[in-house]
Amino acid sequence: MRDWANWAIDTAKVRGATFADARVMDIRHRDVSTKNGDVGNLSESESLGIGIRVIAGGAWGFAATDRLTREGVQACAAEAVAIAKASALAKTHDAVLAPEGPHVDTWQGPFIKDPFRIPVERQIDVLLAADKEMRRVKGVTLAEGSMSFRRIEQYYASTEGSAIHQLKMLSGAGIVATTFAGSEIQKRSYPNSFGGQHMQRGYELVESLNLVGNAQRIAEESVALHSAAQCPEGTSTIILESAQLGLQIHESVGHPIELDRVLGMEANFAGLSFLTLDKLRTLRYGSDIVNVVADARLEHGPGLGTFGYDDEGVPAQCTPIITDGLFTGYLSNRETAAAIGEKRSGGTMRTESWSNLPIIRMTNISLLPGSWKYDDLIADTDDAILMSTNRSWSIDDHRYQFQFSTEIGWEVKNGKIGRMLKNPSYSGITTEFWGSCDAICSREHWTLWGTPNCGKGQPMQTMGTGHGASPSRFRNVKIGAAFAK
Amino acid sequence: MSPAKKKSPPKPKRALLRRREMAADHRLGPGALRELAERIIKFSDADETEVDIGAVTDALTRFANNTIHQNVAEQNLTVSVRTVVDGRTARATTNKTDDESLRRVVRAAADLARFQPKNPDLLPMLKQQKTQKVARFFPATATAMPAERARAVARVCKATATAKQTAAGIFSTAMVETAFANSRGYFAHYEQTRAEFSVTIMEKDSSGWAKANSPNIADIDPDALGASASRKATASRAPKEIPPGRYTVILEPSAVLDLVGFLFYDFAGTAVLDQRSMFNKRIGTKLFGDNITICDDVYHPLQLGTPFDGEGVPREKVLLVDRGVPRNLVYSRATAKKMKKQPTGHGFSLPNEYGEAPMNLVFTGGKASVDEMVRSTERGILVTRLWYIREVDPYEKILTGMTRDGTFLVENGKISGGIRNFRFNQSMIEMLSNVEMLGEAVRAAGEESFEMVVPAMKVRGFHFSEVTKF
Repeated sequence: MRDWANWAIDTAKVRGATFADARVMDIRHRDVSTKNGDVGNLSESESLGIGIRVIAGGAWGFAATDRLTREGVQACAAEAVAIAKASALAKTHDAVLAPEGPHVDTWQGPFIKDPFRIPVERQIDVLLAADKEMRRVKGVTLAEGSMSFRRIEQYYASTEGSAIHQLKMLSGAGIVATTFAGSEIQKRSYPNSFGGQHMQRGYELVESLNLVGNAQRIAEESVALHSAAQCPEGTSTIILESAQLGLQIHESVGHPIELDRVLGMEANFAGLSFLTLDKLRTLRYGSDIVNVVADARLEHGPGLGTFGYDDEGVPAQCTPIITDGLFTGYLSNRETAAAIGEKRSGGTMRTESWSNLPIIRMTNISLLPGSWKYDDLIADTDDAILMSTNRSWSIDDHRYQFQFSTEIGWEVKNGKIGRMLKNPSYSGITTEFWGSCDAICSREHWTLWGTPNCGKGQPMQTMGTGHGASPSRFRNVKIGAAFAK
Repeated sequence: MSPAKKKSPPKPKRALLRRREMAADHRLGPGALRELAERIIKFSDADETEVDIGAVTDALTRFANNTIHQNVAEQNLTVSVRTVVDGRTARATTNKTDDESLRRVVRAAADLARFQPKNPDLLPMLKQQKTQKVARFFPATATAMPAERARAVARVCKATATAKQTAAGIFSTAMVETAFANSRGYFAHYEQTRAEFSVTIMEKDSSGWAKANSPNIADIDPDALGASASRKATASRAPKEIPPGRYTVILEPSAVLDLVGFLFYDFAGTAVLDQRSMFNKRIGTKLFGDNITICDDVYHPLQLGTPFDGEGVPREKVLLVDRGVPRNLVYSRATAKKMKKQPTGHGFSLPNEYGEAPMNLVFTGGKASVDEMVRSTERGILVTRLWYIREVDPYEKILTGMTRDGTFLVENGKISGGIRNFRFNQSMIEMLSNVEMLGEAVRAAGEESFEMVVPAMKVRGFHFSEVTKF
């Protein structure tokens, strides 16, 4: 890997690049899935290549290749420089990077059991056992289970002298029970939708989830939803359990704080942000108890957004995003940090693969725990709807008006969880919603969830992001609009 | 609001031609791909072996704030091997093409296959099939250079800056070759090119958007697309807030595409078998209006895609909805056997849990232009584009999402100005029952769905549930 990267940056320099970096990535993937008692998907893939990013003539160029001969890498580097010079035809200013010292280091994510060394038949057996438990429940029409594993070995080198080797292991697993009856399709997922829970851990994550032990429960809930009452329409207090709140953070905090979006670079696809530069350290984002960080460091947890260095060689950091309700920070890279006068990048450049240009991505964007015990929160609530497990999600291109629906809900009346509700949904305006937060549960109820499917960029890149959250309460929220006639 | 008539593309200069010839070297051709596939199959001692090869050359110039800020190119060749061992199958994929790596990927596919229960639905691999030829490879697209894209982008950015507006967008070109082979002697090859330009043009409180793609770069006119987006940004200045509710809407083709694109999985035989399709128990019953007819047709002149599916079955044209009545589904080989139907050539590569889907939907259009739809509307809303569409209810097919980049109030047959963007919650069954006028079916490009051939639609009673702040 070192040779390929060095060939690339040496060639780029010779061709006239004033800056170059190279990422060699060797990515291995295993997908296992089951459906109604049979194996669905069973596949492995590997992909090895190099991505070379340069500044030449004051403009950016990027080229990537899987031809890892000296000739292939040098041709790719030359192409990156030629592309940069073409970019210079339509430049309005020279690309400028915030300074970053060279780093020479090795980093490995935490995993105990390499999932690629676990026999695939053991993984299938777990999914089929959970499948059997779900289908034992009368009314279940579709039982599905999946596991996904990804090993990413990467080497980064730059003309500034950085040389960084990293190894990440990502694991995920989940099950879904779907029921069709009358004129309704309902489903329940465990431990979350989007393929379950995903973390930067090994097979020990799958073992900790107890998929089989939760299969019957979610199957029964899926059946019961058909006879549950419809979530009402109106305004209500809501309590979001932590996985749904994780996605709420992702959409209404994580995306709008991306500085490339704020500066208009994503305007054509992902959109803009309501968090214009004048709002930094002036906007009340939420109530006083709302504290959000962007934390890529391992001490935050083994999330999908955890790493040693980002994909332009900047060390992992913790950036306060919302501090006691005040908006205090963006997600930045070296170029956007320089553009707004920050001294250093926040270290959030990430790429899906060697073939993609790194762009600003969420790391672990987490709501810090509050002080409430979960039982106390329920007991303190007179009238609310408790919502769990995302079913649909949508937010405008400035990240302001959103609507979510969840798989299941329950009434909370006079301090107790009551009857089940189907088709729960809620909607609102980002700052009004976070401003209405009046209770956040404590660390013991906090989970670092993984969102494996965040899309951004052109060409589109899919990235995993982490979101820590604990169950929280919000007042005066609009509910039921998704199903209003 | 539609793009102006495009200009003729400029003739390439001599130096550019030489560089194009160099770029054309990336095209591998059926001979080289067949040789590679046969080499891989010889490495296998499995009962049956199938090889999928994909070669991609992709380049994309991205601009924002009236300047290029990303400019990328990628080359990649992937080899995917499926083996069958004693009634079991699995797949392994690599982009490493040395002999050692190819032997390893064949072994990996066989090892994965061995350690699983027998698959009772697994069918023998196909012998050679006769596939229809389609011509979707344009050398000028395959060999487009970064400087060509940059010059086009620079023109659009300059015009935008002159109009005191801000442009963001992409100009991309790509070439894809696909080869499919198996140990029963089957071989098929397909190649296509693709060029795409999309642009958002913004003012202080308004924006407009336009996008087009085609296998032929000569069909793409960045200047006209930029001008269209610019006009929309101007026309939607100072947007008014109007209350949510049910409105007559005029959906431009991109907006229609991103909605009806959510139907495509429902037409899969497997989705009906799994009872997760909106067509469960609805095949043969009237569901949409008389003016809704949908087929899947990869051979349509405005479509792209391979003329064979992931199992090598030649794709067939299938009538899915006939005058509002869902008539047929599409079937992979295994699904067809289970449902006592014939395979239609829409299967995904095995193994998979989804079976099949129609990837080339073609709606039957009408004759009305968007301007005629506007003129016929007393009060309604013209929608350029939709955003972040998600399914709320899979059986009633309620979708939610937002309008974006050019939403206008229509009053007394005229566009009266821009309005703040709406959230919608709309059943597709209801929407396709309320279509009052149809435009000509065109190859539409959006952001939520892959391209299909759809018309603009005028729809009554479209449900906007909330309004946003811009």
